[in-house]
Amino acid sequence: MTAAPSPDESLPAADLAAKYGLAVSGARPSLVEYVRQLWSRRHFILAFSQAKLTAQYSQAKLGQLWQVATPLLNAAVYYAIFGLILDASRGMSHDTYVPFLVTGVFVFTFTQSSLMSGVRAISGNLGLVRALHFPRASLPISFSLQQLQQLLFSMIVVFLVVIGFGNYPRLSWLLILPALVLQFLFNTGLAMIVARMGAKTPDLAQLMPFMLRTWMYASGVMFSINHMLAGRPDWIVRALQANPAAVYMDLMRYALIDGYGASNLPPHVWALALGWAVVVFCGGFVYFWKAEERYGRG
Amino acid sequence: MAEQNTGDRRPTVIADELHIVYRVNGAKTGKGSATAALSRIIKRGEPRGVRKVHAVRGVSFTAYRGEAIGLIGSNGSGKSTLLRAIAGLLPAEKGKVYTDGQPSLLGVNAALMSDLTGERNVILGGLAMGMSREQIKERYQRIVDFSGINDKGDFITLPMRTYSSGMAARLRFSIAAAKDHDVLMIDEALATGDRAFQKRSEERIRELRKEAGTVFLVSHNNKSIRDTCDRVLWLERGELRMDGPTEEVLKEYEKFTGK
Repeated sequence: MTAAPSPDESLPAADLAAKYGLAVSGARPSLVEYVRQLWSRRHFILAFSQAKLTAQYSQAKLGQLWQVATPLLNAAVYYAIFGLILDASRGMSHDTYVPFLVTGVFVFTFTQSSLMSGVRAISGNLGLVRALHFPRASLPISFSLQQLQQLLFSMIVVFLVVIGFGNYPRLSWLLILPALVLQFLFNTGLAMIVARMGAKTPDLAQLMPFMLRTWMYASGVMFSINHMLAGRPDWIVRALQANPAAVYMDLMRYALIDGYGASNLPPHVWALALGWAVVVFCGGFVYFWKAEERYGRG
Repeated sequence: MAEQNTGDRRPTVIADELHIVYRVNGAKTGKGSATAALSRIIKRGEPRGVRKVHAVRGVSFTAYRGEAIGLIGSNGSGKSTLLRAIAGLLPAEKGKVYTDGQPSLLGVNAALMSDLTGERNVILGGLAMGMSREQIKERYQRIVDFSGINDKGDFITLPMRTYSSGMAARLRFSIAAAKDHDVLMIDEALATGDRAFQKRSEERIRELRKEAGTVFLVSHNNKSIRDTCDRVLWLERGELRMDGPTEEVLKEYEKFTGK
């Protein structure tokens, strides 16, 4: 079989393609079709996140033990600095402050590391993007899922600390589940937004740590916004408390810690948590999909 | 008259005046210092440090079902870029590529992780190519046998970083070849592996051709092109220099390269 001229060759390429039902390669699918493709890749998304998680510590002698040891050490460092040296526990008893701090650190780290891996989701995996076909949103979603699994390991430490300071399991602990689901949706949405931005401007990965640190200090990870800003105008306190990182941290603390009552929560806290999750997830998804066919260029 | 021919000459890939341009960040010629970069940003916001590489320039061809097409040309002539564009992985600057079904690049290696065992990589690679869990389970044994990884002991349960480069390449090809492809593109995959494995690979490529449709093969090894392909595209500097039966094109190519 050679490339001898055939009658079809007198046809223009577009007509020839139409005649045999050929489609343009690499065109962006519709939003519905995209969701369907993504769903059919769910096993890949899950397997990829688990593989990343396992590969992370596979060279270490202690292996997967680091999944728990790393967050524990993190909490110890924060406690030494903010609990003992800076004494940021204003307005809280020691027994409340330590679980308050540990919960805050882990919940914020969940958002933080989802964002950090999200910004490199495309730009750090160009080899994969240029070699295989799959809905690109698989990558940021998979990385967020990896962070969720990491957080579940950290929750072991959180439970130990919380119980160690005299807060025993009660019914309100069940609130962790909806709080985590909502935070995961929020994180994933945000990861998709920064993934698209990071794909176009890889420099963002350099800026991200600074933005995240600012966000961390503004969200009351190691201090209570209510107490720290007592006496300031009410709207400042409300604005800081309505920021999504603070909302998800406060919900988790409220669920776990006896001494952290509803008075510490901003009004309509569940509505805020739900609103942030839905708006950011849907917005992020559509924003990411809009550039689907351009990932991997250049 | 056209209808008589269409029975066995169904086009699977049509490239129409295809142009591909790469944009490379931070490769602008000139001073690479931080102050130079800063002044470039201040002077003009747009093309800061971005350099364009015109990798494929106006390539047109039509590939038909059942063909095995070799792509030859010196290094940097745009062969791999062309394959990526056909697969829809690189957007075209100008022109279009039409394809029948989803062309796949034999490039599963990007999804594999050297810290994981061969076993888990088979599953991960299969999922990355879009196979279902059941399909992978069903073909798992065939993939391992084909790769020959377990010929010298139980290597499949060891992390891939412990494999020799030949072993890793064999496993990669085995995973990628396990899927049925409409249009399959192979980029220098056959250069690795020992003679026995190369034979098996060529056999598998012939099988894939029979089952599926079109196979593209990039290689610098003229012998493996002769053994597997019946048509050859010769790219030089991003342009299609020749397109024809294997022998004709290879003869000209060998004259050109002075072999």
